[in-house]
Amino acid sequence: MTRKQKRMSVVLAGLAFLGAAAGLTFYALGQKASYFYMPADLATASVPPGQRIRLGGLVEKGTIVRGQGATVAFSVTDKQKSVKVTYTGILPDLFREEQGVITEGAFGPDGVFVADSVLAKHDERYMPKEVADGLKAKGVWQESTN
Amino acid sequence: MVETGHFALVLAFALSLVQMLVPLVGARTGNQRLMAVGGPVTVTGFALTALSFAALASAYAGSDFSVASVWENSHSLQPMIYKITGTWGNHEGSMLLWVLILTFFGALVAVLGNNLPATLKANVLAVQGMIGAAFFLFILATSNPFIRLNPAPIEGRDLNPILQDLGLAIHPPMLYLGYVGFSICFSFSVAALIEGRIDASWARWVRPWTLVAWMFLTGGIAMGSYWAYYELGWGGFWFWDPVENASFMPWLAGTALLHSAIVMEKRSALKIWTLLLAILTFSLSLLGTFLVRSGVLTSVHAFATDPARGVFILCILTLFIGGSLALFALRASRLTVGGLFHPISREGALVLNNLFLTTATATVLVGTLYPLALEALTGGKISVGAPFFDLTFGPLMLPLLAIVPFGPLLAWKRGDVIAASQRLMAAFAAAIAAMLVTGLFIDGASVFAALGVGLAVWLVGGALTDLAVKSGFGSVAPAVMLRRLVGLPRSVFGTALAHLGLGLTLLGIVGTLCFGTEKILSMRPGETVELSGHTLRFEGLSPQKGPNFTEDRGRFLLMGADGNADGAITSAKRFYPVRQTVTTESGIRTIGLSQLYLSLGDENNDGSVVVRLWWKPLVTLIWGGGLVMMAGAAVSLLDRRLRVGAPAKRRTPAAALANPT
Repeated sequence: MTRKQKRMSVVLAGLAFLGAAAGLTFYALGQKASYFYMPADLATASVPPGQRIRLGGLVEKGTIVRGQGATVAFSVTDKQKSVKVTYTGILPDLFREEQGVITEGAFGPDGVFVADSVLAKHDERYMPKEVADGLKAKGVWQESTN
Repeated sequence: MVETGHFALVLAFALSLVQMLVPLVGARTGNQRLMAVGGPVTVTGFALTALSFAALASAYAGSDFSVASVWENSHSLQPMIYKITGTWGNHEGSMLLWVLILTFFGALVAVLGNNLPATLKANVLAVQGMIGAAFFLFILATSNPFIRLNPAPIEGRDLNPILQDLGLAIHPPMLYLGYVGFSICFSFSVAALIEGRIDASWARWVRPWTLVAWMFLTGGIAMGSYWAYYELGWGGFWFWDPVENASFMPWLAGTALLHSAIVMEKRSALKIWTLLLAILTFSLSLLGTFLVRSGVLTSVHAFATDPARGVFILCILTLFIGGSLALFALRASRLTVGGLFHPISREGALVLNNLFLTTATATVLVGTLYPLALEALTGGKISVGAPFFDLTFGPLMLPLLAIVPFGPLLAWKRGDVIAASQRLMAAFAAAIAAMLVTGLFIDGASVFAALGVGLAVWLVGGALTDLAVKSGFGSVAPAVMLRRLVGLPRSVFGTALAHLGLGLTLLGIVGTLCFGTEKILSMRPGETVELSGHTLRFEGLSPQKGPNFTEDRGRFLLMGADGNADGAITSAKRFYPVRQTVTTESGIRTIGLSQLYLSLGDENNDGSVVVRLWWKPLVTLIWGGGLVMMAGAAVSLLDRRLRVGAPAKRRTPAAALANPT
């Protein structure tokens, strides 16, 4: 091989490598990213059971049921619709009624959302951004609750 | 004192303007006196910034609530250590720490750079001055820590309880030393582009600065990971959170830079690439600062959201990244290109390293920015987490880790893979043995677990092989070998240590992810639970009182094999009344290299308490490996050739005769 051909083959190998990495990245973005929904969005979007999503909203007042060991049940609401959620594990320290939360998991066959992680605010002053934006968009946000 | 600090900050901003203009003009016109202004101005700017920082710290230490920042983030009952660390536990103070470190590095160049060519030094200081000016303006315009309140409140609003921890004293300063340390590499690159040439002193200077920045960034990330692990009570050490990625991207790019700088120094090849990489690494540091400080992300790090700040940092980001890349596009063709080289050689291996690392950086960048871009463009909200990075970052890392041991064993110019493989036979055998033992004798080990353990042993074995080969193991007498080992250049030890640390971290990750166990259950006092051979008895909750919090402390006894207690683990739910915030203090017991991790949940109505319990095998190696990598960088820095500011050894004719290289 001449010097030029050598250089070309190195460049081509590098490009093929980058192409493979880019292909994998786009595939992974399509398959592995989880979408964010508020309860009212779920009426229009069809989310099949088993597909991982993030569900956000406020913890509905009076719906927190503890007691079956480490499993907790509660409802997440956006003041229009609400969705039943179960979670086994330790809830975040700032998990309270009427507080914004983001839960991540999938719907079971019975229509109950089984969360494997629950995120609340990191600090008493702020609402998770997605939830705040969602509530604002639905017109049920009061600045005073922030 | 507060006004003194404020005034010093304004003065430091003014000096940074002088620093960015006068030496630059001097370098262009060849005016020695103008160029000489750079040094003293830089040092004075650092002194003023330090004074300003000290003023803010003393306001925090003295709980001066007439200062808005102190009022919002401090409380008179806080222990003194958290009062002081609270100085940077908020947006304004944290930015002040950022510029303090920036001016500190600038001052180091000014003081240590006497052997630099005058124009290069002037240009470097001018670029440092530009970065400084932008951030001083940002602080003064949008994030002034010295704003007073009138009337002054009597009591403060307390520091975010999550930040009331020793981690705040270590993690941010270390991380910033890393982030901002790369600004020196950036300034050197831009200065080289302004001058249109890269000379020998450029390479000699950039490598140690990269090492320093990389060392601190490694420590900062490792410390942040350990802090999140014990503080958040989730038992995880890495979440692929955008904020973590923000610090991980400069680390990956910086690691690539570290390796390409070696090629440049030894073989004076890859010049343009190294220069570009230095620009990109600091650009990623700036991007990290933007992501973390602008409030576009929700996280523990986002202190307050103020759109003006986000826009301002975005402007700084565009200006510096766009400006430096435009300059690169204009000037790079002027720089002399280094020679081509054989693909099978040390430099070839280092290029492969760079290819993998920069591609990995790009996948992390896409995973971090894509959700933000999608939301900005379509309003759709997605989250990209571990599943994405497992699929993209993972496949890139595995082959890279597999080839790491070959690199140091290949010769420069033309290497011999067969010879390197023969030397690595022992390490390879050890890795295969480790894989087999893991796969066959440990219950529940997956193929991945066996592969991971094998790869970690391969890395550790490769690092040891490198030292053994270079000291003549097996071919010379033990005494000679020992003498040769001691006489090896420090940078050889540095490489071996860093690669060894990488192997240890990998072993810790594989151990924790593949062999860790966990249990979630509700327990009543007196009940016992067994996890991976460790038995714990719950003794009950007891209320306790701290300086600025109350807590319910759960006490667990670790039961030894003979049925007697073998020490206690406590975990607590803390309540901080000022912020009405509850935090979980996890209970950790280190057993060998592994840890038993325990986190307390809510109390049920029937008096039982939810407890989450983890057994994390080898978990301490994750951060221990990071410390070993830092040690590697430190040892490399001690290498005579790299010592910052050390004048190159002047060769006397006699020495040149005795050592004709």
